[in-house]
Amino acid sequence: MAAVQETVDRVRSIDVDAYKYGFVSPIESDLAPKGLSEDTVRFISEKKGEPEWLLEWRLEAFRRWRTMEEPTWARVTYPPIDYQAIYYFAAPKSGPAPKSLDEIDPELLRTYAKLGIPLIEQEILAGVERPRVAVDAVFDSVSIATTFKAELAKAGVIFCSFSEAVRNHPELVRRYLGTVVPATDNFYATLNSAVFSDGSFVYVPPGVRCPMELSTYFRINERNTGQFERTLIIADKGAYVSYLEGCTAPKRDENQLHAAVVELITLDDAEIKYSTVQNWYPGDSQGRGGIYNFVTKRGDCRGARSKISWTQVETGSAITWKYPSCILRGEASRGEFYSIAISNGHQQVDSGTKMIHLGRNTTSRIISKGVAAGKSQNTYRGQVSAHRLATGTRNFTNCDSLLIGHECGAHTVPYIEAKNSSAVIEHEATTSKVSEEQMFYCLQRGLSAEEATALIVNGFVRDVLQQLPMEFAVEAQKLISISLEGSVG
Amino acid sequence: MLEIKNLSASIQDKPILDGLSLCVHAGEVAAIMGPNGSGKSTLAYVIAGKPDYEVKSGEIFLDGENLLELEPNERALKGVFLAFQYPTEIPGVGAMTFLKAALNAQRRARGESDLTTPDFMRRVREAAHALKVDQEMLRRPLNVGFSGGEKKRFEVLQMALLAPRVGVLDETDSGLDIDALRIVAAGVNALRDANRAFLVITHYQRLLDHIKPDVVHVMSKGRIVATGGPELALELERNGYRDYAEEVV
Repeated sequence: MAAVQETVDRVRSIDVDAYKYGFVSPIESDLAPKGLSEDTVRFISEKKGEPEWLLEWRLEAFRRWRTMEEPTWARVTYPPIDYQAIYYFAAPKSGPAPKSLDEIDPELLRTYAKLGIPLIEQEILAGVERPRVAVDAVFDSVSIATTFKAELAKAGVIFCSFSEAVRNHPELVRRYLGTVVPATDNFYATLNSAVFSDGSFVYVPPGVRCPMELSTYFRINERNTGQFERTLIIADKGAYVSYLEGCTAPKRDENQLHAAVVELITLDDAEIKYSTVQNWYPGDSQGRGGIYNFVTKRGDCRGARSKISWTQVETGSAITWKYPSCILRGEASRGEFYSIAISNGHQQVDSGTKMIHLGRNTTSRIISKGVAAGKSQNTYRGQVSAHRLATGTRNFTNCDSLLIGHECGAHTVPYIEAKNSSAVIEHEATTSKVSEEQMFYCLQRGLSAEEATALIVNGFVRDVLQQLPMEFAVEAQKLISISLEGSVG
Repeated sequence: MLEIKNLSASIQDKPILDGLSLCVHAGEVAAIMGPNGSGKSTLAYVIAGKPDYEVKSGEIFLDGENLLELEPNERALKGVFLAFQYPTEIPGVGAMTFLKAALNAQRRARGESDLTTPDFMRRVREAAHALKVDQEMLRRPLNVGFSGGEKKRFEVLQMALLAPRVGVLDETDSGLDIDALRIVAAGVNALRDANRAFLVITHYQRLLDHIKPDVVHVMSKGRIVATGGPELALELERNGYRDYAEEVV
């Protein structure tokens, strides 16, 4: 019966959400005023019914943020962002929502069709204003999610929205929140700490191997939480969890600025595998619009022999500023970073990782594959550092860039810092072009230029694709082909 | 079937082909021989449509259709197959994956459905067996780490599976030892057919001991300067290309 009640509550809450989308007159009191002040922060915290300590934590972050400057070291350019012109809670749409799929950019629909997404889901992704469809679809996912939750509960795994975690597991949230990415960490993370909307929370108890891959797809409450998302995942001693974030379908979103924070914590012998497929709107063919993705992702291998592995496939966003990192604190802990970053059109990617070796005999591995096409700029920026006491540190880095055409750029910026003489740090990097010879060879066998490019690029990124969970890998492969369309004459 | 008329082509403004004309009939194996630099490989590339080459004048008809108006992949879909002298490596792309992609691209162009995996595997196994290509090699990335002989055998394997209208073999004998040469030649001979033509480009007579040509054309300075039967190849073997090279000076 609990499930039924939950379903009813969920649907009710969806109806309330739906008001915000404007098909019934909006309830003004649910909107924070435009702009950012202490009042906005208080408003958000109060609306979410948060405890005093969390409000204080947000306010401290906000005060800190006001003294900070937006970073400019990344190889990306964009017009200045007016942070006072943004809604930080329940942002209303900038224009009326589309009434049907007929009003959606046909390019987007073509992509959905290629990915084989059912019509109803297409409508939801495209933000079509049809409450009945949305509610029906949510009914579906509520029932799936409920079965799913029952399975997890049996294993003792906590998987819920961040807000739920604050309500139901405040001691866990308080113990771990901000311990990997402090509220003072960097401009965007600090902004997120002040105004974060919602996100995911996972706790896997000692010795438990999470019985299934956790996916944001199953997390309800998803709408309108994307802008300042906050994720916290804890794998207790000997626990294991694999978490999938994102979706191969490009999601329509009114918010241009995204500043998420993800914190991962592994205790002794625990392992977290975090996979992302990011395919947000990259802007139109002239480079207009598109999401700015300024995200801070960091994992802390706090326990001995623990392991954190990041795998990402980045094909979307106008600007990507993202460095999923590992702090290798526990003795013999291990960090991994596998990345495919594909840029086309006018996209700008500045992405990479940091492996901070603090504990003894810690190891890390970085495999980065950047593919630049069109007029895009694609930068790998990575840091590997070995602390004075981190004897026996080992790192292997391989970052390869592939260029398609002659108007794009690929850049590699490695920072390597070894403070003890026993550290072994290897760095390999190559930059190559899809050669005319390779293209001609494929064409001569009857492949079209686009098929040939997709084949060559998929070969180039194969080592990383193999790190993805199976079904994700298949989707990612399709996505790679689609995102490179139009990159060859 | 394949008719080349007055073809002139250059690379980076350097003229290579100079008014070449040539006719290859269905069912025919035509050998193209000639000294280094006479334009043999250029002819192969221009037929296949390699972008580096600029065609100044002339026409190439396959079954009455002017190939020069088609993109390289469209030419392939019309049945032009080039066995490369130096097959390109494509890291990360399995040889099998590549074969399947090419085969299905050609089937789709003919309005046929994609091959099922078992059907595909069966065809590959049969063709691979005849060419002594082992399964391990097919699992490797395309041409990466293949020996010279393996590369050439894999070219002929692709030709066997794609079953083209006209096969252009660009110095397929180069870099082959005598055993590999026999295997490759047997592979080509097995594909000889009344509806198919071959253009066998070679520098040496020895390939023609194994693939018996119907016609031999001698090329020099971008044109065909002599045409004859198989005996012409033997004569070249004895006397070299000197006579022909001088003739067109």
